[in-house]
Amino acid sequence: MPQKAAGSRRTADVDWPDEIYGVFVRETIRQIAYVPDAGHARLIERCHADRKMRTVVLTTEEEGIGVLAGAWLGGDRGALLMQSSGVGNCINMLSLATVCRFPLLMLVTMRGEWGEFNPWQVPMGQGTAPIFEQAGVLVYRIDAPGAARETVEAGAQMAFNSDRAVAVLISQRVIGTKDFK
Amino acid sequence: MLERRAVVKALVARRKDLLVVSGLGSCTYDLAAAGDDPGNFYLWGAMGAASLIGLGLALAQPKRRVLVVTGDGEMLMGLGGLATIGVQQPANLAVVVIDNERFAETGLQKTHTAHGFDLCGVATAANFRTVQSVRSAAALNAALPLIHRAPGPVFVSIKVSPDRPPFVLPSRDGVHLKNRFREAVLGGSLG
Repeated sequence: MPQKAAGSRRTADVDWPDEIYGVFVRETIRQIAYVPDAGHARLIERCHADRKMRTVVLTTEEEGIGVLAGAWLGGDRGALLMQSSGVGNCINMLSLATVCRFPLLMLVTMRGEWGEFNPWQVPMGQGTAPIFEQAGVLVYRIDAPGAARETVEAGAQMAFNSDRAVAVLISQRVIGTKDFK
Repeated sequence: MLERRAVVKALVARRKDLLVVSGLGSCTYDLAAAGDDPGNFYLWGAMGAASLIGLGLALAQPKRRVLVVTGDGEMLMGLGGLATIGVQQPANLAVVVIDNERFAETGLQKTHTAHGFDLCGVATAANFRTVQSVRSAAALNAALPLIHRAPGPVFVSIKVSPDRPPFVLPSRDGVHLKNRFREAVLGGSLG
């Protein structure tokens, strides 16, 4: 099914949120912490509906780094969903993941990157990748819907088998530019 | 007035298989002073995350009791976490704030609780199932069974004197602390 967020976004051809959900199932992701984004809406719905997954709504993105560290201490794998404007909130908390080598899989929907209408999204959108890299996070990108599955799979491998913090950036070209009309 | 080392020692005195996360600074030293244990995860940073690490752990290990011991300054930095915990309602999680009303690591500056800010009020508003304020030895004795057994989420604020006991420093090696904790909890099923 093409991704539609309340009719507010142009649609993509590939069913990429369902592809990512499929990776979550195969990777036995149990805890999904998130600050929502319209681009993540379908993936969040799929995770809500899965009785083997626990969704944790956050008040701010850095909470998720703590939740997923605790999850790993207790034997659960998790993923953190956010939009690019939340990345700046995470900077100090990322030290928890990098110092302790906690697996941390983050999926970040991009704003302020491609055809942005809202200028307030541009600074954090432009800074997302370099800020993550400065903080010691490995950055992967999904620039086309067809690349979603393999990129999230590779990110999950790097996180859970090599004990790394990984951010998978989902381009605004994949999500569709928010339409304010 | 209660003394923090004695309070934390009492919290873990009969710990059995209790899992404990300590907030950075004095609470980490207090927990180490009470006796090292592989079921302790000591924070040396990540200010504001102690209660949330407890949440993720409590959700992953619903049959184990999880205790977060943290300071008022650390809790104040992560107040939103109380709202997040309130949504999840983990029955096995207790968050205990050792409230000296000071930022002890940085020169004993007064925190918001010294000016009347009510952490228990926030926990109540966040739908914690059990909320207690403790200011005396008798109240601490009454709160211990709640911390260890009452249906969570439990929140207890314990007022202590701002005295700074001598440092007792546990390992600062986060990878070691993480792997040791996981071995203690998961045994041979490390994945």
